[in-house]
Amino acid sequence: MTGLSSAGLSSAGLNAAGPDAVGLIATVLQVVLVVVGAPLLTGLMRQVRARMEGRAGAGVLQPWRDLRKLLRKEPIDPRGTGWPFRLAPLVLAGTALVVAAVVPLVTTASPLDSAADLFAVTALLALGSVALALGGLDTGTAFGGMGASREVTVLALVEPTILVSVFALSVRAGSTNLGTIVGLTEADPMRVLSPASLLAAVALALVTIAETGRIPVDNPSTHLELTMIHEAMVLEYSGPDLALIEWASAARLTVLLGLLGSLFLPWGVATGGAAGMGALVAVLVGVAAFAAKTAVLGMLLAAGEVFMAKLRLFRIPELLAGSFLLALLAVAASYFLAGGA
Amino acid sequence: MSDSLYAQWLALACGAFLLAGVLVLWRRDLAAIVRLFALQGVALGAMVVVLGLRQGSVHLVAVAVGVGALRAGLLPYLMRRALDTPRPGGETAADEARETRPLVNVATSLLAAAVLALVAYAVSQPIVRLSPDPATRAVPVALTVLLVGFFVLVTRRRALSQVVGFLLIDNAITATAFLTTSGVPLVVELGVSLDVLLAVLVLQVLTTRMRAAFGGTDLDELRELHD
Repeated sequence: MTGLSSAGLSSAGLNAAGPDAVGLIATVLQVVLVVVGAPLLTGLMRQVRARMEGRAGAGVLQPWRDLRKLLRKEPIDPRGTGWPFRLAPLVLAGTALVVAAVVPLVTTASPLDSAADLFAVTALLALGSVALALGGLDTGTAFGGMGASREVTVLALVEPTILVSVFALSVRAGSTNLGTIVGLTEADPMRVLSPASLLAAVALALVTIAETGRIPVDNPSTHLELTMIHEAMVLEYSGPDLALIEWASAARLTVLLGLLGSLFLPWGVATGGAAGMGALVAVLVGVAAFAAKTAVLGMLLAAGEVFMAKLRLFRIPELLAGSFLLALLAVAASYFLAGGA
Repeated sequence: MSDSLYAQWLALACGAFLLAGVLVLWRRDLAAIVRLFALQGVALGAMVVVLGLRQGSVHLVAVAVGVGALRAGLLPYLMRRALDTPRPGGETAADEARETRPLVNVATSLLAAAVLALVAYAVSQPIVRLSPDPATRAVPVALTVLLVGFFVLVTRRRALSQVVGFLLIDNAITATAFLTTSGVPLVVELGVSLDVLLAVLVLQVLTTRMRAAFGGTDLDELRELHD
C-alpha cells in the first residue's frame, strides 16, 4: 500500500491542512482499491464457485493474468466498424472510474461529495451501458444487435428501480446525496431495520444482480447464443479493448456491491468527523471495512449462483417488475409509516 | 415500551404483513403461496402483540396468540391438506400445483399492486388525519392488502389461490380493526375467526369434491353446463 506510507509521512502537515487533505487521500485510496481490487473480486467469486462445484479453480489472481495477456496483444478492429465501436470501451471504463471516485465507499467526506448524487451516479452507469450497447450495434453482426437489444431492455427496467429505491432511502435523509444518506444511517444503525430500508435493500440487491449480469438474469461464463446478454455485445472485441471492458465490468460490480454495503451496512465508513491522526485511522478502518464487506457480499453472491439456474429471458421482466414493486413499496412505506414526517 | 421502539416494531410487523400479501401475486407455486399466507399470519399476530404490549393489555396479547395460531397454523394446515389430496388421474400433479395461466400475467399484476398501494394511500388519508399516531398511519398498509386480496380473487383461476385471496381480505380487515380501534371485543373476534375457519373448511371440502368430479380446480372451466 503506497497510500499508507505517504499518509504516515505527511500526517504532521495534515493537522494544518484540515479534513480536505484526508478526504483527498481517502478518495485516491478508494479509486486505487477499486482499480486493483475489482479483478481480484471477480477472481474470488470464480474461486468460490469452483470450490463449491468441486473444481480446483484457477486462483484469485487469474483475472489479472488474463488482463495482462490481453493488454499485450495488438488491437484489432473488425472491418466496417466506426467510432462507436472504438469509443465504447473507453466510455465504459471512464464512467466506472468516475463512479468509483464519487460513490461513498471508504469515506463520505470526499472532495467530490457534491457530485455523489444519486441521479448523477445512475446516469453515469447508464451512460456506460448505452455506450457498450452502441458498440455492440456498430459491429453489425447478429449477436451484437441481439445483445444490445437485450441489454437495453434490461436497462430500461433496471434504471427506474434504482432511482425509486434510493429515493426511498433519501426521503428520510431529505437529500439525494449518497454521502448524506450513508452518514445518517451510520449515525442511527436501527434505521436499517425499518421496512422502507429493508424493501429498498432487497430491490437494490436484485437490481445489482441484473445490472452486472450475474446469474438469474445473465450468465457471465457462457457463450450460448440463445441466452447471453452482456457477452453477445462484446464478442467482437479483442486485445486491450476487451481487457478494458472486462476490467470495467468487474469495477462496476465492485462499486455496486460496495454501494450496497455502504447503504445498508454502513459500519466503518469514515465520516470525516475526526481530525488529524484520528481521521487517518478512520480512513484506514474504512478501507478495511470496504474490502471486507465487498468480499463477503461477492462470496455470498457467488455461493447463491451455484444453487440457482438462469431465468428464461421472458421471465426477466417479471423479476424486475417485482423489484420495481418492492422499491415503490419502500417509498410508500417511508411515507405511510413515517407519516411523511 | 418506549415510543420510538414501539413505532419501529409496529412498522416492521406492518412491513412484513404488506410484503407477504404482495408476494402472493409474485409466486406461481401454490405451496409457496400458502407459505406466504402463513408468514402473513405471523406478521399479523406480531402486530397485535406489539399493540397489546403498548397498551399493557394481557387480553389483547391473548387475542394475538389466538389470531396467530389460527392464521399462521390452522388455516395454512387445512389448505396444504387440500393441496395434497390425491387426485384421480387426468391432470398431472405439476399442472395442478401451480397457477399456470392467471387472467392477468404476473408482471402486470405486480404493477397493478403498485397502483393499488397508491390508491390505498390516497383513500386512507382522511382516516390518518383523524388521529395521526403510528398505528393509524399503518392503516394504508392494511387497505393495500385488502385491495391486493380482491385482485387475487378476481384474477386467479385455481380454487386454492382464490381461497388465499379471500383470506387476505379477511387478514386485512382484522388488521384494520386492530390498528384503528386497538382491540375489538373478544366475542366479535371469536365470531369472525370461527366464521373464517368454517368458510375455509367448506371451501376445502368443495375443492376436494370438485377435483374428484372434474379432475381439476380451474374455476373458469366450470362456467358451462356439461352432460
